[in-house]
Amino acid sequence: MTDCCYKTTCCPTKREAWMIAEIETPAGKVPRIGTCLTIHDVLGALKVRFAVGRHNYTIPPGLYAVGEPTAESPVFVSANYKLSFDHLRNALDGTNGWVMVLDTQGINVWCAAGKGTFGTGEIVNRVKQTQLDQVVSHRKLVVPQLGAPGVSATDVAKQCGFSVLYGPVRAEDIPVFLKNNFTATPTMRHVRFALRDRIAVIPVELVIWFKQALILAVLLALLSGFSRDGYGLANAPRAFGLVFTAWLTGGALVPMLLPFIPARAFSLKGVWAGLGLWVVLGTAKLLGPGGLIELGWGLILTAIVSFMALNFTGTSTYTSVSGVKKEMKIAIPLQLIAALAGTACIVLGGLL
Amino acid sequence: MNYLKNVTTLKIDTETCIGCGLCIAVCPHGVFALADSKAHIIDLDACMECGACARNCPVDALSVDSGTGCASGIINGLLNGSGECCCDKGNGC
Repeated sequence: MTDCCYKTTCCPTKREAWMIAEIETPAGKVPRIGTCLTIHDVLGALKVRFAVGRHNYTIPPGLYAVGEPTAESPVFVSANYKLSFDHLRNALDGTNGWVMVLDTQGINVWCAAGKGTFGTGEIVNRVKQTQLDQVVSHRKLVVPQLGAPGVSATDVAKQCGFSVLYGPVRAEDIPVFLKNNFTATPTMRHVRFALRDRIAVIPVELVIWFKQALILAVLLALLSGFSRDGYGLANAPRAFGLVFTAWLTGGALVPMLLPFIPARAFSLKGVWAGLGLWVVLGTAKLLGPGGLIELGWGLILTAIVSFMALNFTGTSTYTSVSGVKKEMKIAIPLQLIAALAGTACIVLGGLL
Repeated sequence: MNYLKNVTTLKIDTETCIGCGLCIAVCPHGVFALADSKAHIIDLDACMECGACARNCPVDALSVDSGTGCASGIINGLLNGSGECCCDKGNGC
Protein backbone atom coordinates (compact mmCIF):
# COMPACT_ATOMS: atom_id res chain seq x y z
CA MET A 1 0.00 0.00 0.00
CA THR A 2 2.93 2.35 -0.47
CA ASP A 3 2.88 5.34 -2.77
CA CYS A 4 -0.80 5.39 -3.43
CA CYS A 5 -1.91 6.31 -6.90
CA TYR A 6 -5.40 7.41 -5.83
CA LYS A 7 -6.37 9.83 -3.13
CA THR A 8 -9.79 8.26 -2.60
CA THR A 9 -9.01 4.58 -3.03
CA CYS A 10 -6.37 2.53 -1.30
CA CYS A 11 -3.85 1.42 -3.84
CA PRO A 12 -4.10 -2.19 -4.98
CA THR A 13 -0.84 -4.11 -4.81
CA LYS A 14 -1.02 -4.68 -8.52
CA ARG A 15 -3.13 -3.07 -11.19
CA GLU A 16 -6.30 -5.12 -11.24
CA ALA A 17 -7.75 -6.18 -14.60
CA TRP A 18 -11.18 -4.86 -13.62
CA MET A 19 -9.81 -1.32 -13.29
CA ILE A 20 -10.11 -0.26 -16.87
CA ALA A 21 -9.29 3.46 -16.72
CA GLU A 22 -9.44 6.40 -14.39
CA ILE A 23 -11.49 9.54 -14.34
CA GLU A 24 -10.94 13.01 -12.91
CA THR A 25 -13.15 14.24 -10.10
CA PRO A 26 -13.00 17.26 -7.79
CA ALA A 27 -11.62 14.86 -5.18
CA GLY A 28 -8.86 13.59 -7.47
CA LYS A 29 -8.53 10.63 -9.77
CA VAL A 30 -10.93 7.74 -9.30
CA PRO A 31 -10.41 4.32 -10.91
CA ARG A 32 -13.03 3.25 -13.41
CA ILE A 33 -14.14 -0.34 -13.22
CA GLY A 34 -15.42 -2.69 -15.90
CA THR A 35 -18.87 -4.26 -15.66
CA CYS A 36 -18.08 -7.41 -17.60
CA LEU A 37 -16.79 -10.35 -15.65
CA THR A 38 -13.79 -12.03 -17.24
CA ILE A 39 -12.76 -15.66 -17.04
CA HIS A 40 -10.44 -14.50 -14.24
CA ASP A 41 -13.41 -13.29 -12.16
CA VAL A 42 -15.40 -16.45 -12.89
CA LEU A 43 -12.51 -18.69 -11.85
CA GLY A 44 -11.96 -16.56 -8.74
CA ALA A 45 -15.62 -16.99 -7.80
CA LEU A 46 -15.37 -20.73 -8.37
CA LYS A 47 -12.33 -20.93 -6.10
CA VAL A 48 -14.04 -19.20 -3.17
CA ARG A 49 -17.14 -21.32 -3.74
CA PHE A 50 -14.83 -24.24 -2.98
CA ALA A 51 -13.45 -22.41 0.06
CA VAL A 52 -10.05 -21.76 -1.53
CA GLY A 53 -8.61 -18.44 -0.32
CA ARG A 54 -12.09 -17.38 0.74
CA HIS A 55 -10.73 -15.09 3.44
CA ASN A 56 -8.36 -13.21 1.16
CA TYR A 57 -10.67 -12.53 -1.76
CA THR A 58 -10.62 -8.79 -1.27
CA ILE A 59 -10.46 -5.56 -3.20
CA PRO A 60 -9.20 -2.18 -1.95
CA PRO A 61 -11.89 -0.11 -0.18
CA GLY A 62 -12.62 3.31 -1.67
CA LEU A 63 -14.48 5.04 -4.46
CA TYR A 64 -14.85 3.66 -7.98
CA ALA A 65 -16.55 4.93 -11.12
CA VAL A 66 -18.85 2.90 -13.37
CA GLY A 67 -19.56 4.11 -16.91
CA GLU A 68 -19.45 7.91 -17.28
CA PRO A 69 -20.72 9.15 -13.93
CA THR A 70 -21.46 12.79 -13.17
CA ALA A 71 -22.05 14.67 -9.93
CA GLU A 72 -25.73 13.65 -10.16
CA SER A 73 -25.06 9.93 -10.60
CA PRO A 74 -26.14 7.51 -7.84
CA VAL A 75 -23.70 6.10 -5.30
CA PHE A 76 -23.83 2.36 -4.55
CA VAL A 77 -22.28 1.08 -1.34
CA SER A 78 -20.63 -2.34 -1.31
CA ALA A 79 -18.33 -4.61 0.71
CA ASN A 80 -14.72 -5.36 -0.14
CA TYR A 81 -15.37 -9.07 -0.64
CA LYS A 82 -14.65 -9.41 -4.34
CA LEU A 83 -17.59 -11.75 -4.92
CA SER A 84 -20.02 -9.08 -3.58
CA PHE A 85 -18.25 -6.37 -5.59
CA ASP A 86 -18.32 -8.46 -8.79
CA HIS A 87 -22.07 -9.08 -8.45
CA LEU A 88 -22.62 -5.35 -8.08
CA ARG A 89 -20.43 -4.11 -10.94
CA ASN A 90 -21.85 -6.78 -13.23
CA ALA A 91 -25.39 -5.62 -12.38
CA LEU A 92 -24.38 -2.01 -13.10
CA ASP A 93 -23.62 -2.72 -16.75
CA GLY A 94 -25.06 0.20 -18.72
CA THR A 95 -25.46 2.39 -15.62
CA ASN A 96 -23.44 5.50 -14.84
CA GLY A 97 -22.68 5.67 -11.16
CA TRP A 98 -20.27 5.51 -8.30
CA VAL A 99 -19.40 2.53 -6.15
CA MET A 100 -18.22 3.18 -2.62
CA VAL A 101 -16.52 0.07 -1.26
CA LEU A 102 -16.37 -0.27 2.53
CA ASP A 103 -13.64 -2.09 4.41
CA THR A 104 -15.48 -5.17 5.66
CA GLN A 105 -12.28 -7.20 5.98
CA GLY A 106 -13.17 -9.25 2.95
CA ILE A 107 -16.54 -10.38 4.34
CA ASN A 108 -19.75 -10.25 2.29
CA VAL A 109 -22.38 -7.56 2.96
CA TRP A 110 -24.86 -9.56 5.06
CA CYS A 111 -22.35 -11.28 7.32
CA ALA A 112 -20.35 -8.07 7.73
CA ALA A 113 -23.54 -6.21 8.64
CA GLY A 114 -24.24 -8.81 11.32
CA LYS A 115 -20.80 -8.12 12.77
CA GLY A 116 -21.14 -4.38 12.32
CA THR A 117 -18.10 -4.01 10.04
CA PHE A 118 -20.53 -3.12 7.27
CA GLY A 119 -22.07 -0.42 9.41
CA THR A 120 -22.85 3.17 10.23
CA GLY A 121 -19.31 3.97 11.40
CA GLU A 122 -17.57 2.60 8.32
CA ILE A 123 -20.02 4.32 5.94
CA VAL A 124 -19.48 7.69 7.63
CA ASN A 125 -15.73 7.14 7.70
CA ARG A 126 -15.62 6.13 4.02
CA VAL A 127 -17.79 9.07 2.93
CA LYS A 128 -15.26 11.39 4.55
CA GLN A 129 -12.19 9.56 3.31
CA THR A 130 -13.38 9.50 -0.29
CA GLN A 131 -14.53 13.16 -0.06
CA LEU A 132 -17.80 11.99 -1.53
CA ASP A 133 -19.44 15.34 -0.81
CA GLN A 134 -17.10 16.87 -3.41
CA VAL A 135 -17.60 14.15 -6.01
CA VAL A 136 -21.41 14.18 -6.02
CA SER A 137 -23.87 17.04 -5.65
CA HIS A 138 -26.72 14.96 -4.20
CA ARG A 139 -26.69 13.48 -0.70
CA LYS A 140 -27.97 9.93 -1.22
CA LEU A 141 -26.39 6.52 -0.77
CA VAL A 142 -27.86 3.33 -2.19
CA VAL A 143 -27.06 0.72 0.47
CA PRO A 144 -27.82 -2.96 -0.16
CA GLN A 145 -30.78 -4.04 1.96
CA LEU A 146 -28.79 -6.83 3.55
CA GLY A 147 -26.44 -4.18 4.97
CA ALA A 148 -29.29 -2.87 7.14
CA PRO A 149 -28.54 -4.99 10.25
CA GLY A 150 -25.35 -2.94 10.64
CA VAL A 151 -26.53 0.43 9.39
CA SER A 152 -28.75 2.99 11.04
CA ALA A 153 -30.09 5.21 8.26
CA THR A 154 -30.89 7.91 10.83
CA ASP A 155 -27.38 7.92 12.29
CA VAL A 156 -25.68 7.98 8.88
CA ALA A 157 -27.74 11.04 7.94
CA LYS A 158 -26.92 12.72 11.25
CA GLN A 159 -23.22 12.00 11.08
CA CYS A 160 -22.38 12.74 7.45
CA GLY A 161 -25.39 14.33 5.85
CA PHE A 162 -26.03 11.51 3.39
CA SER A 163 -29.40 9.79 3.47
CA VAL A 164 -29.56 6.03 3.04
CA LEU A 165 -31.82 4.45 0.43
CA TYR A 166 -32.05 0.71 0.84
CA GLY A 167 -31.61 -1.04 -2.48
CA PRO A 168 -32.75 -4.55 -3.34
CA VAL A 169 -31.40 -7.71 -1.68
CA ARG A 170 -29.89 -8.96 -4.93
CA ALA A 171 -27.66 -6.76 -7.08
CA GLU A 172 -29.23 -8.21 -10.24
CA ASP A 173 -32.43 -6.29 -9.38
CA ILE A 174 -30.67 -2.90 -9.37
CA PRO A 175 -31.50 -1.96 -12.99
CA VAL A 176 -35.24 -2.38 -12.32
CA PHE A 177 -34.87 -0.64 -8.95
CA LEU A 178 -33.33 2.36 -10.76
CA LYS A 179 -36.00 2.30 -13.45
CA ASN A 180 -38.68 2.31 -10.72
CA ASN A 181 -37.23 5.54 -9.36
CA PHE A 182 -35.26 3.91 -6.53
CA THR A 183 -38.14 1.73 -5.38
CA ALA A 184 -37.79 -1.96 -4.60
CA THR A 185 -40.74 -4.29 -5.06
CA PRO A 186 -41.63 -6.70 -2.20
CA THR A 187 -40.03 -9.55 -4.18
CA MET A 188 -36.77 -7.63 -4.37
CA ARG A 189 -36.89 -7.20 -0.58
CA HIS A 190 -37.20 -10.93 0.11
CA VAL A 191 -34.28 -13.21 0.80
CA ARG A 192 -34.62 -16.54 -0.92
CA PHE A 193 -32.91 -19.86 -0.35
CA ALA A 194 -33.78 -21.59 -3.59
CA LEU A 195 -32.28 -24.85 -4.81
CA ARG A 196 -29.57 -23.10 -6.79
CA ASP A 197 -28.63 -20.97 -3.77
CA ARG A 198 -28.40 -24.10 -1.64
CA ILE A 199 -26.36 -25.97 -4.24
CA ALA A 200 -23.92 -23.04 -4.47
CA VAL A 201 -23.01 -23.38 -0.79
CA ILE A 202 -22.57 -27.17 -0.75
CA PRO A 203 -18.86 -27.24 -1.74
CA VAL A 204 -17.91 -24.91 1.13
CA GLU A 205 -19.88 -27.09 3.56
CA LEU A 206 -18.08 -30.21 2.38
CA VAL A 207 -14.64 -28.60 2.43
CA ILE A 208 -15.18 -27.13 5.91
CA TRP A 209 -16.19 -30.49 7.40
CA PHE A 210 -13.67 -32.62 5.52
CA LYS A 211 -10.99 -32.42 8.20
CA GLN A 212 -13.35 -33.34 11.03
CA ALA A 213 -14.76 -36.21 8.96
CA LEU A 214 -11.25 -37.49 8.29
CA ILE A 215 -10.29 -37.38 11.99
CA LEU A 216 -13.51 -39.15 12.92
CA ALA A 217 -12.99 -41.80 10.22
CA VAL A 218 -9.46 -42.52 11.45
CA LEU A 219 -10.65 -42.77 15.07
CA LEU A 220 -13.51 -45.08 14.22
CA ALA A 221 -11.30 -47.16 11.91
CA LEU A 222 -8.93 -47.69 14.83
CA LEU A 223 -11.73 -48.43 17.31
CA SER A 224 -13.43 -50.92 15.00
CA GLY A 225 -10.25 -53.01 14.89
CA PHE A 226 -10.92 -55.03 18.05
CA SER A 227 -12.13 -58.60 17.64
CA ARG A 228 -12.06 -61.93 19.49
CA ASP A 229 -9.10 -62.97 17.36
CA GLY A 230 -7.06 -59.89 18.25
CA TYR A 231 -6.59 -56.53 16.65
CA GLY A 232 -6.63 -55.78 12.91
CA LEU A 233 -7.58 -53.09 10.45
CA ALA A 234 -9.84 -55.17 8.24
CA ASN A 235 -12.82 -52.97 9.20
CA ALA A 236 -11.05 -49.68 8.44
CA PRO A 237 -12.37 -49.31 4.86
CA ARG A 238 -15.93 -49.67 6.15
CA ALA A 239 -15.32 -46.97 8.76
CA PHE A 240 -14.00 -44.56 6.11
CA GLY A 241 -16.78 -45.41 3.67
CA LEU A 242 -19.53 -44.90 6.23
CA VAL A 243 -18.20 -41.69 7.78
CA PHE A 244 -17.77 -40.09 4.38
CA THR A 245 -21.21 -41.24 3.24
CA ALA A 246 -22.61 -39.47 6.30
CA TRP A 247 -20.46 -36.42 5.47
CA LEU A 248 -21.92 -36.31 1.96
CA THR A 249 -25.45 -36.76 3.28
CA GLY A 250 -25.12 -33.99 5.87
CA GLY A 251 -23.15 -31.60 3.68
CA ALA A 252 -24.83 -32.08 0.31
CA LEU A 253 -28.05 -34.06 0.47
CA VAL A 254 -29.59 -32.25 3.45
CA PRO A 255 -28.93 -28.76 1.97
CA MET A 256 -30.38 -29.85 -1.38
CA LEU A 257 -33.51 -31.43 0.09
CA LEU A 258 -33.83 -28.94 2.97
CA PRO A 259 -37.43 -27.76 2.41
CA PHE A 260 -38.63 -31.29 1.62
CA ILE A 261 -37.34 -32.94 4.79
CA PRO A 262 -40.01 -32.77 7.49
CA ALA A 263 -39.44 -30.84 10.76
CA ARG A 264 -38.53 -27.21 11.37
CA ALA A 265 -35.44 -27.80 13.51
CA PHE A 266 -32.37 -28.46 11.34
CA SER A 267 -31.02 -31.09 13.75
CA LEU A 268 -34.28 -32.99 13.42
CA LYS A 269 -34.13 -32.75 9.62
CA GLY A 270 -30.68 -34.28 10.03
CA VAL A 271 -32.10 -37.09 12.17
CA TRP A 272 -34.60 -38.00 9.44
CA ALA A 273 -31.87 -37.94 6.80
CA GLY A 274 -29.57 -39.98 9.04
CA LEU A 275 -32.28 -42.57 9.74
CA GLY A 276 -32.96 -42.76 6.02
CA LEU A 277 -29.30 -43.44 5.44
CA TRP A 278 -29.37 -46.06 8.20
CA VAL A 279 -32.27 -47.87 6.56
CA VAL A 280 -30.72 -47.75 3.07
CA LEU A 281 -27.27 -48.93 4.17
CA GLY A 282 -28.73 -51.44 6.62
CA THR A 283 -30.90 -52.96 3.91
CA ALA A 284 -27.87 -53.16 1.64
CA LYS A 285 -26.03 -54.97 4.47
CA LEU A 286 -23.30 -52.35 4.46
CA LEU A 287 -23.38 -51.50 8.15
CA GLY A 288 -21.38 -54.52 9.19
CA PRO A 289 -21.62 -58.02 10.52
CA GLY A 290 -23.74 -58.51 13.60
CA GLY A 291 -26.64 -56.59 15.06
CA LEU A 292 -24.59 -54.65 17.62
CA ILE A 293 -22.13 -53.25 15.08
CA GLU A 294 -24.99 -52.43 12.75
CA LEU A 295 -26.78 -50.57 15.55
CA GLY A 296 -23.55 -48.74 16.45
CA TRP A 297 -23.00 -47.49 12.91
CA GLY A 298 -26.62 -46.51 12.55
CA LEU A 299 -26.37 -44.32 15.66
CA ILE A 300 -23.09 -42.75 14.55
CA LEU A 301 -24.36 -41.97 11.04
CA THR A 302 -27.49 -40.35 12.44
CA ALA A 303 -25.45 -38.28 14.90
CA ILE A 304 -23.07 -37.04 12.18
CA VAL A 305 -25.84 -36.09 9.74
CA SER A 306 -27.86 -34.40 12.49
CA PHE A 307 -24.84 -32.41 13.68
CA MET A 308 -23.93 -31.25 10.17
CA ALA A 309 -27.56 -30.32 9.50
CA LEU A 310 -27.63 -28.30 12.73
CA ASN A 311 -24.54 -26.43 11.60
CA PHE A 312 -26.17 -25.65 8.28
CA THR A 313 -28.30 -23.12 10.20
CA GLY A 314 -25.38 -20.67 9.83
CA THR A 315 -25.38 -21.00 6.06
CA SER A 316 -29.14 -20.87 5.68
CA THR A 317 -30.87 -17.53 5.28
CA TYR A 318 -33.75 -17.80 7.72
CA THR A 319 -32.72 -19.17 11.13
CA SER A 320 -32.88 -16.99 14.24
CA VAL A 321 -30.28 -17.08 16.99
CA SER A 322 -32.97 -17.79 19.63
CA GLY A 323 -34.20 -20.75 17.62
CA VAL A 324 -30.72 -22.16 17.01
CA LYS A 325 -29.87 -21.91 20.72
CA LYS A 326 -33.12 -23.66 21.59
CA GLU A 327 -32.52 -26.60 19.26
CA MET A 328 -28.84 -26.85 20.20
CA LYS A 329 -29.69 -27.35 23.87
CA ILE A 330 -31.64 -30.49 23.04
CA ALA A 331 -29.78 -31.69 19.95
CA ILE A 332 -26.14 -31.52 20.94
CA PRO A 333 -26.41 -33.70 24.10
CA LEU A 334 -28.45 -36.26 22.14
CA GLN A 335 -25.97 -36.25 19.26
CA LEU A 336 -23.11 -36.80 21.69
CA ILE A 337 -24.94 -39.64 23.45
CA ALA A 338 -25.77 -41.30 20.12
CA ALA A 339 -22.18 -40.99 18.91
CA LEU A 340 -20.68 -42.36 22.13
CA ALA A 341 -23.24 -45.17 22.43
CA GLY A 342 -22.65 -46.03 18.78
CA THR A 343 -18.89 -46.19 19.31
CA ALA A 344 -19.37 -48.43 22.35
CA CYS A 345 -21.58 -50.74 20.28
CA ILE A 346 -18.94 -51.02 17.57
CA VAL A 347 -16.15 -51.84 20.00
CA LEU A 348 -18.29 -54.29 21.98
CA GLY A 349 -19.73 -55.83 18.84
CA GLY A 350 -16.23 -56.61 17.65
CA LEU A 351 -15.16 -58.17 20.92
CA LEU A 352 -18.27 -60.27 21.59
CA MET B 1 -39.32 -22.25 4.52
CA ASN B 2 -40.16 -21.70 8.17
CA TYR B 3 -37.98 -22.09 11.20
CA LEU B 4 -39.04 -22.81 14.81
CA LYS B 5 -42.29 -21.32 16.05
CA ASN B 6 -42.60 -18.93 19.00
CA VAL B 7 -38.90 -18.33 19.54
CA THR B 8 -38.19 -14.89 18.13
CA THR B 9 -37.59 -12.05 20.59
CA LEU B 10 -38.97 -9.40 18.21
CA LYS B 11 -41.40 -6.93 19.77
CA ILE B 12 -43.12 -3.85 18.43
CA ASP B 13 -44.49 -0.93 20.38
CA THR B 14 -47.33 0.18 18.14
CA GLU B 15 -47.97 3.26 20.29
CA THR B 16 -44.50 4.62 19.55
CA CYS B 17 -44.51 3.60 15.85
CA ILE B 18 -44.81 6.52 13.46
CA GLY B 19 -45.51 4.36 10.42
CA CYS B 20 -42.43 5.41 8.43
CA GLY B 21 -42.21 1.95 6.86
CA LEU B 22 -38.45 1.58 7.17
CA CYS B 23 -38.83 -1.77 8.97
CA ILE B 24 -40.82 -3.06 6.00
CA ALA B 25 -38.06 -1.92 3.65
CA VAL B 26 -35.22 -3.60 5.55
CA CYS B 27 -36.90 -6.85 6.65
CA PRO B 28 -35.70 -9.74 4.45
CA HIS B 29 -38.62 -12.00 5.40
CA GLY B 30 -41.75 -9.87 5.09
CA VAL B 31 -42.45 -9.84 8.83
CA PHE B 32 -44.12 -6.41 8.80
CA ALA B 33 -46.95 -4.68 6.99
CA LEU B 34 -48.36 -1.19 7.24
CA ALA B 35 -51.98 -0.71 8.33
CA ASP B 36 -53.64 2.45 9.64
CA SER B 37 -50.30 4.31 9.38
CA LYS B 38 -48.63 1.86 11.77
CA ALA B 39 -46.33 -1.08 11.25
CA HIS B 40 -47.75 -4.42 12.34
CA ILE B 41 -46.14 -7.80 12.68
CA ILE B 42 -47.90 -10.09 10.23
CA ASP B 43 -45.53 -13.07 10.21
CA LEU B 44 -43.72 -13.24 13.55
CA ASP B 45 -42.29 -16.74 13.07
CA ALA B 46 -40.54 -15.65 9.87
CA CYS B 47 -38.32 -13.32 11.90
CA MET B 48 -34.65 -14.39 11.90
CA GLU B 49 -33.56 -11.76 14.43
CA CYS B 50 -31.13 -10.07 12.06
CA GLY B 51 -31.86 -6.80 13.84
CA ALA B 52 -32.19 -4.64 10.71
CA CYS B 53 -35.61 -3.29 11.72
CA ALA B 54 -34.64 -2.34 15.28
CA ARG B 55 -31.37 -0.78 14.08
CA ASN B 56 -33.20 1.41 11.59
CA CYS B 57 -36.35 2.34 13.51
CA PRO B 58 -36.08 6.11 14.02
CA VAL B 59 -38.24 6.09 17.17
CA ASP B 60 -37.00 2.86 18.82
CA ALA B 61 -40.40 1.22 18.56
CA LEU B 62 -38.83 -2.15 17.77
CA SER B 63 -36.75 -4.41 19.94
CA VAL B 64 -35.08 -7.73 19.20
CA ASP B 65 -32.17 -9.66 20.69
CA SER B 66 -30.38 -9.84 17.40
CA GLY B 67 -27.65 -12.25 16.47
CA THR B 68 -26.62 -14.77 13.87
CA GLY B 69 -28.61 -17.99 13.82
CA CYS B 70 -25.55 -20.13 13.32
CA ALA B 71 -24.77 -23.21 15.39
CA SER B 72 -21.04 -23.21 14.47
CA GLY B 73 -20.73 -19.61 15.55
CA ILE B 74 -22.41 -20.28 18.88
CA ILE B 75 -20.24 -23.38 19.46
CA ASN B 76 -17.06 -21.47 18.55
CA GLY B 77 -18.10 -18.66 20.83
CA LEU B 78 -18.62 -21.07 23.73
CA LEU B 79 -15.33 -22.87 23.08
CA ASN B 80 -13.20 -19.77 22.63
CA GLY B 81 -15.10 -17.45 24.90
CA SER B 82 -14.81 -14.97 22.05
CA GLY B 83 -18.49 -14.28 21.57
CA GLU B 84 -20.61 -15.56 18.74
CA CYS B 85 -19.38 -15.24 15.23
CA CYS B 86 -20.19 -16.83 11.99
CA CYS B 87 -19.99 -16.85 8.21
CA ASP B 88 -16.22 -16.82 8.14
CA LYS B 89 -15.36 -19.95 10.02
CA GLY B 90 -11.71 -19.70 10.96
CA ASN B 91 -11.47 -15.97 10.48
CA GLY B 92 -11.97 -13.72 13.46
CA CYS B 93 -13.49 -16.58 15.45
